[in-house]
Amino acid sequence: MKEQTEMKQADINIHGTENITGAEAILKSLMEEGVDTIFGYPGGAIMPVYDKLMDYSHKLNHILTRHEQGAAHAAQAYAMVTGKPGVCFATSGPGATNLITGIANAYLDSVPVVFVTAQVVSSLIGTDAFQETDILGVSMPVTKWNCQVKKAEDIPATIARAFYIAKNGRPGPVLIDITKDAQFDKLNYKYKKCEYLRSYNPNIPLHKKAVESAAIMINHAEKPLILAGHGIQISGAEKELKAFAEKTGIPVAVTLLGISCFPADHRLYAGLLGMHGNYGPNVLTNQADLIIAIGMRFDDRVTGNLKKYAKQARIIHIDIDEAEFNKNVPVDLEIHNDARDVLEYLIPLTENKSYESWIREFRICDKIEYDKVIKPETNPEEGPILMGEVINTVSELTKGDAVIVTDVGQNQMAAARYYKFIHPGSFITSGGMGTMGFGLPATIGAKFGRPDKQVIGFTGDGGFQMTIQELGTILHHKLPVKLIVLNNGYLGMVRQWQDMFFKKRYASTELVNPDFVTIISGYGIPARRVIERADLKDSIAEMLGAEGPFILEIAIAKEGNVLPMIEPGASVSDITLNYKSPQ
Amino acid sequence: MGKQEFTISIFSEDHIGILNQITIILTRRQINIESITASESAVKGVQLLTLVVKTSSEMVRKVAKQMEKLVDVLKVFVHSSDEIIYQEIALYKVKTNGLMSGDIIDNIVRNYHAKILVISPEYTVIEKTGHKGEINDLLNRLEPYGVLQFTRSGRVSVTKQVKELNAYLTEMDEANRDNNREMESYKKN
Repeated sequence: MKEQTEMKQADINIHGTENITGAEAILKSLMEEGVDTIFGYPGGAIMPVYDKLMDYSHKLNHILTRHEQGAAHAAQAYAMVTGKPGVCFATSGPGATNLITGIANAYLDSVPVVFVTAQVVSSLIGTDAFQETDILGVSMPVTKWNCQVKKAEDIPATIARAFYIAKNGRPGPVLIDITKDAQFDKLNYKYKKCEYLRSYNPNIPLHKKAVESAAIMINHAEKPLILAGHGIQISGAEKELKAFAEKTGIPVAVTLLGISCFPADHRLYAGLLGMHGNYGPNVLTNQADLIIAIGMRFDDRVTGNLKKYAKQARIIHIDIDEAEFNKNVPVDLEIHNDARDVLEYLIPLTENKSYESWIREFRICDKIEYDKVIKPETNPEEGPILMGEVINTVSELTKGDAVIVTDVGQNQMAAARYYKFIHPGSFITSGGMGTMGFGLPATIGAKFGRPDKQVIGFTGDGGFQMTIQELGTILHHKLPVKLIVLNNGYLGMVRQWQDMFFKKRYASTELVNPDFVTIISGYGIPARRVIERADLKDSIAEMLGAEGPFILEIAIAKEGNVLPMIEPGASVSDITLNYKSPQ
Repeated sequence: MGKQEFTISIFSEDHIGILNQITIILTRRQINIESITASESAVKGVQLLTLVVKTSSEMVRKVAKQMEKLVDVLKVFVHSSDEIIYQEIALYKVKTNGLMSGDIIDNIVRNYHAKILVISPEYTVIEKTGHKGEINDLLNRLEPYGVLQFTRSGRVSVTKQVKELNAYLTEMDEANRDNNREMESYKKN
C-alpha cells in the first residue's frame, strides 16, 4: 500500500506530468478545451472511456441519446447555440457509421463538432475484426480533418489539434478514432493547446487594399444589396453588419443559415433569399447594381439558374474560405478574410447614405408577397390549420425571443419564413445537407446549450419518425423542450414537388401514421393534438407555459404548398407567387 | 470549354491519407488522373505529389483551391506544360534475339537517347527518360522485336518560376507570427 502511494507520487512529479490512462487523458483533454457537455452512445470499444466518465460525472455532463445519429445532431445544435465546439462519442463499427449523416450535416453547414470514435485494438486493425470499420476512410469526404490514435501518449496533442482545426478558419467537424488499447494504456499526461499548424493558417492578414476597393464600389453604388450568410454568425459580426447596413443604408437579405444574424424587424431587413425565400430579395437580386456577399457561398438553392443570376450586378464576395470564390458565381472582387475583420475596417471607409427609392422597391415587393402569400397563409379564415399560421402564432406568443429549431422540408421553410427572428443564433436548421430527422435531436442539443431560453422545435410527421427514439432522451434527462409536430400525413415537400412537377402523382409520399400523442405519452411527455383552429392559440400558450417538456401535434392542411418558389431551373427573378394545383 | 493538360504539384505534411483526400476531390468532379508521383520534396518533412490531369483551366483552378483547403496541405501549384520542366521514365523489356542482329540495338539506343540496363540471353531491359510522346515512339519502334513488358512512371517536374516553396513557408510562418503578436497586444489592451 505504502509502495503504491509512493509510486503514485513519483508518477505525478516527473516533469510535472501525471501518469494516467488514455481514457482519462481523453476526458482531461476535453476539459482543457472547456468542454462540459458530451453527447454520445457507448459500446464495446469505447468502454474504457465510459468507465472513466463515471469518475468525472461532476464535471462532464454526458447526454445519452437513443441513437448515434441523434447524438451527432444534438452536438451540432449545441455548438450552434453556444458557439463552442460540440463533442460527440461513439463506439467503433456501427456506432461510428451511424454518425456519418450527422457528421456530413455539420460539414455542409460549417459547424465545429469534435467526434471521438473508438476503434478495435490496434493489433486487430485491418483484420475485419468484430465491429471494425475503416471510419477514417468512411468519414474522410465529410470531415474537415480526421486522425487515428493508436498510442496513448498521442492523445492530448491530437485532441488539441482537433479542437484547433474544428473551430478556426471555416469551422467544421473533425473525427478522432482512438483504439481500445490506446484508451487502456498509460501515458505521462501533459496538455498544451494547439496554437499553430504550419499547413493550416486560418489567420489571414487583412487584405486592406481589397477592402478599400470595396469601399469605393459601395460608395458609388445606386442599388446595392447585402447578402448575409452563416459566416456573419460564425465570425460574430452581427453588430458590425448592423452598423455597416445602417451607415450605408444598404438593405440586408439573408440566406437560410444567415437567418437571425440581422433583426427581422429592422427597416433595412430585406428578407430571406432562395428557393422559398421572400419575393423582394430574390427578384431584386436581378436589379441590384452591386451585391455584397458576406459569409455565404452562393448555394444553388440561393442562386436558382446561374446563367440568369445577377448578371447586371458587380459582386463583392467576402469569405474565409478561398475555395468558395468563383466556385458558383464569378465575382468582381474577392476578399479572403474573416467577415468581422473586413466589416470593422470597411465601415469607416464608407459614406453615410440612404437609398429611399431602392428600399421602396423592396417594400412594394413585400406588399405583393403579403397580399398573395403571407396573409392567406398566416390569417386564413376557414379550412384546415396552415403551417404559416402556426409559426406566426408561436412567433407572436414568444415575441421572437425563442430559439427555433427545425427539421427539413415544409416545416423548415414555414419556420424560416414566418418566425420573426430578432436575436442572433436563434435559428437552428439543417441547411446544406437537408437532413430529415435533424429536428428532434437538434432541439434537444439546443436546449442543453441554452437552458435559459425557450427552445422550440418544428418537425413534420415524416422527419419526426426518422429520429422519434430521441423522445427517450427527453424522458431520461427530463429536458424541458417544446416540440410541434406539423402533421399533414404526407412527406410534404416531396408531395409539393410531385404536385408541381410530376403531374400530381403522389409516389410513396402519403404516410400511414401512428397515434403520435399515445406514443409521446408512452415516453411520459405531456402531449396534445390540435385539430380545430379555435384551439390553436390556447394550446400553443399551454405548451409554452409548461414547465417541463411538451409536445403538440397539429393537424395541418393535407396538401398545402410552400410559396413563393423558385422552380428548379428558373431564375431568382422568375419566382412563382401563385400556384394552382391541377385537379 | 477546351480540356488541357495540367500538372498539379501538391506540397503536404506527411499525414496518412493525404493521397486519399486528394483523389476524393478529383473523383467528385469525375476528373481522371493521367499520372501520379509521390516523393519527398527539397524541404525536409514535406511530401510532394505530382498529378497530371486533363481538364478545363476553370475546373483545375477550382479543384486546386479545394486541395489547398485540406488541413494537411501546405501549398498547391498548377502549371501548364510550358511552365515546367518535366520528365517521365520508362522501362522496356524486349526479347534479346531480335535486337542482336546487326547494329539495331546500338541505333535505337543512340537515336532515342535510351540506355541499356540489362542484357541476358532471353531479354534486354532498356531505360528511357523523356516526355510521353518520345517514350511511346520508342515503344512503337521496339514493338516488332517483341516487347515483353513495358512500364512508364508518373511525371516528375520542377517549375521554371523562381519563388520556391521555402519562401512561401517563411511567408506563412511570418503571417502567423504577426497575427499572434497582434492578438497578444489586443489581449493586453
